[in-house]
Amino acid sequence: MRTRASRTAVALGAGLLTSALILTGCTPSTSTNPSAGTVTQAQIDKALKTPTTLTFWTWVPNIQNEVDLFEKKYPAIKVKVENVGQGGPEYTKLRTALKAGTGAPDVAQIEYPYITSFNVTKSLLDLAPYGAAKLKNDYVPWVWNQVTFGDKILSMPQDSGPMGNLYRADILKKAGITDAPKTWDDYATDAALVKSKTGSYISNMAANQTGQWEGMLWQAGVKPFGYDGKKGVTVDVNSAKAKEVVSYWEKLIKADVISVDPDFNDAWYQGLATGKYAGWLTAAWGPIFLQGTAKDTSGLWAAAPLPQYAGQPDSSGNWGGSSDAVMTTSKNKIAAYELAKWINNDKSSTSLFAAKQFLWPTATNVLNDSTFLDAKSDFYGGQQVNKTFSAISNTVDTKFEWLPYMDYADSSWNDTMGKAIAAKGDLSAGLDAWQKALVDYGTAQGFDVNKK
Amino acid sequence: MSTASVASTPVRVPATRRTSLAKKRQWRAAYLFVIPFFVVFITMLVVPLVYSGYLSFFATRLIGGTTFVGFENYLKTFTDQLFLGGLGRTALFLVIQVPIMLGLALFFALALDSGRVRGSKVLRLLIFVPYAIPGVVATLMWGFLYGQDFGPIGQVFAAFGLDKPNLLSDGNVLGSMMNIVTWEYVGYNMIIMYSALRSVPAELYEAAEIDGASQFRVAWSIKMPAIRPAILLTVIFSIIGSFQIFNEPSLLRNLAPTAITSSFTPNFYAYNLAFVNQDVNYAAAVAFILGIVIMIVSYVVQLTTQRREGGR
Repeated sequence: MRTRASRTAVALGAGLLTSALILTGCTPSTSTNPSAGTVTQAQIDKALKTPTTLTFWTWVPNIQNEVDLFEKKYPAIKVKVENVGQGGPEYTKLRTALKAGTGAPDVAQIEYPYITSFNVTKSLLDLAPYGAAKLKNDYVPWVWNQVTFGDKILSMPQDSGPMGNLYRADILKKAGITDAPKTWDDYATDAALVKSKTGSYISNMAANQTGQWEGMLWQAGVKPFGYDGKKGVTVDVNSAKAKEVVSYWEKLIKADVISVDPDFNDAWYQGLATGKYAGWLTAAWGPIFLQGTAKDTSGLWAAAPLPQYAGQPDSSGNWGGSSDAVMTTSKNKIAAYELAKWINNDKSSTSLFAAKQFLWPTATNVLNDSTFLDAKSDFYGGQQVNKTFSAISNTVDTKFEWLPYMDYADSSWNDTMGKAIAAKGDLSAGLDAWQKALVDYGTAQGFDVNKK
Repeated sequence: MSTASVASTPVRVPATRRTSLAKKRQWRAAYLFVIPFFVVFITMLVVPLVYSGYLSFFATRLIGGTTFVGFENYLKTFTDQLFLGGLGRTALFLVIQVPIMLGLALFFALALDSGRVRGSKVLRLLIFVPYAIPGVVATLMWGFLYGQDFGPIGQVFAAFGLDKPNLLSDGNVLGSMMNIVTWEYVGYNMIIMYSALRSVPAELYEAAEIDGASQFRVAWSIKMPAIRPAILLTVIFSIIGSFQIFNEPSLLRNLAPTAITSSFTPNFYAYNLAFVNQDVNYAAAVAFILGIVIMIVSYVVQLTTQRREGGR
């Protein structure tokens, strides 16, 4: 046994040496963004008539329906739709393919927070020269800002998640509350009432749900992140304003009138269905999601805007939503752009997304459509939920930026802030710890963090 | 391991000056037989290992690209609180869980071997069955059992009017994982010990009985020393398994995302470093250091038991 162990060690050492000798010299190649002038209509027409096959990575269910419409419109173009995973798993594969230089799709679905993370590696094509600059007025302004970086347009908006308040009208009524709380102060009072009268939590603020908490900060006008597109990164997650927001929640959490259970798992689904949670501060995709999760409580729910800060203009934040970006590695950039644009811009496609896949639209051609707005939902007691959220969408603060390393930001949240929330501890200290983690990581990655 | 013994075989052959043709042919056949193994072994294990070793000497930054940093990544592990914390957690796991699991396995093995248990064949199978369940399935199942609101454990507590325990809280989650691993591997370890017990010559027991030794005395003084190598084997396997624990934290994280941090165990940390932090270089270094730690601990355990044996 002893001899075996030492032999393995020797073999390992030898292996390491040879590897270093063999493999030195190969460094990963970095792709550069080709400078493109403005693309003319003639070039576009030609590209759309040339037989082309595009690869499209997306996890939107049944997106083939919209793609079929596109293929019908431009018969020369064939689109291969591939679902390689939702969110994180897709990004991992995308990064690997981009690094390898081959195998990346022409168009890929990317959530808004992650656009900067892919822009850092110069992987996203600037769509402005291809005609995207003209589309500004087709989308909700704050969404358009999410895909615009300086004079570059890096992605086509698909759906979004302006935040509102879904609540069990029946449970609140039992506690003597007839109207949805208007301000955060009302919300705190109501939370205590609901807990003492019915035993339910007025809502659950999942300790692990970075997106939901970021949405809360967004509504309050906190600007936790910033990136100048080069080396300059701003991290300010523990600002006085952010601490004000979390200390509000800290009080409610410590009083045990708000629960902090992890979300999107069995216990949480059950909590929604059984009335453990009397509400959910969620995004515009929430209403449809809830209908599937808490079927038995149909008709008992209602939708309202988020509670507001007294004396401030109405505001909201965003949680979730995606866009379709064209990769710089694409060999058919014009056709790829036309695909990303068409399915997210042509009304036949955008209204199909809203009606069939229940994506919350970002295109004004659907948002202003009366059949969409006036639809009544039985689940919400016949309320015109789309109208409610459409109004909310216009109150979302237009300027909210992200870090060029959101994967890390999300995972380190769980280790710092999420831990503090779950422990019902000091949330301000949690933000401090998150701040430190984000600054350290950014610095180690070569960014100039907070150097301005 | 097997490479070492295979490679050394020809050396042990007495070195006659004129090797016969038949011998040469035999050698050729032997090499032909091991080639398929070697091809797979080298392409699937050695090359990736070597490549990750190569990677561990570089640092890739989002801004600034890839640079050679020598042993910097390795040095970083010694001061990395997240890595050391994970290592400490697995060490704790090792010190508590392994003795419990192996103690239980030994108890079951001795009980079954004593021949005084009715239906021992069925019992043996039942104890072994958890090992046949894939670790992923087992963890998902236990995740359900642990559920505070809907799990049967919580319901039993509620039935007695007690507070439902949160078995996935910060303080409890490591213990809950120990329970899963114990449940899963008791049977496996028991089978190893049991089969070793079966090969102990029966004359020893007869002699002991004539001397008037009790069953406990027989177990303590004859059976346990006789299967010492088998027990040592299970100890080494368990040490390796404990340090490499990955499935449990990775799957339970959906249920307890804040209690199980991204650096909960060193293996899970290396995974997150590579795929979330996009730091494959440091992840490779962490993986190598973990491998070295496992080698050292296993070696120390082996050494101390051998020394004890020699002292007798």
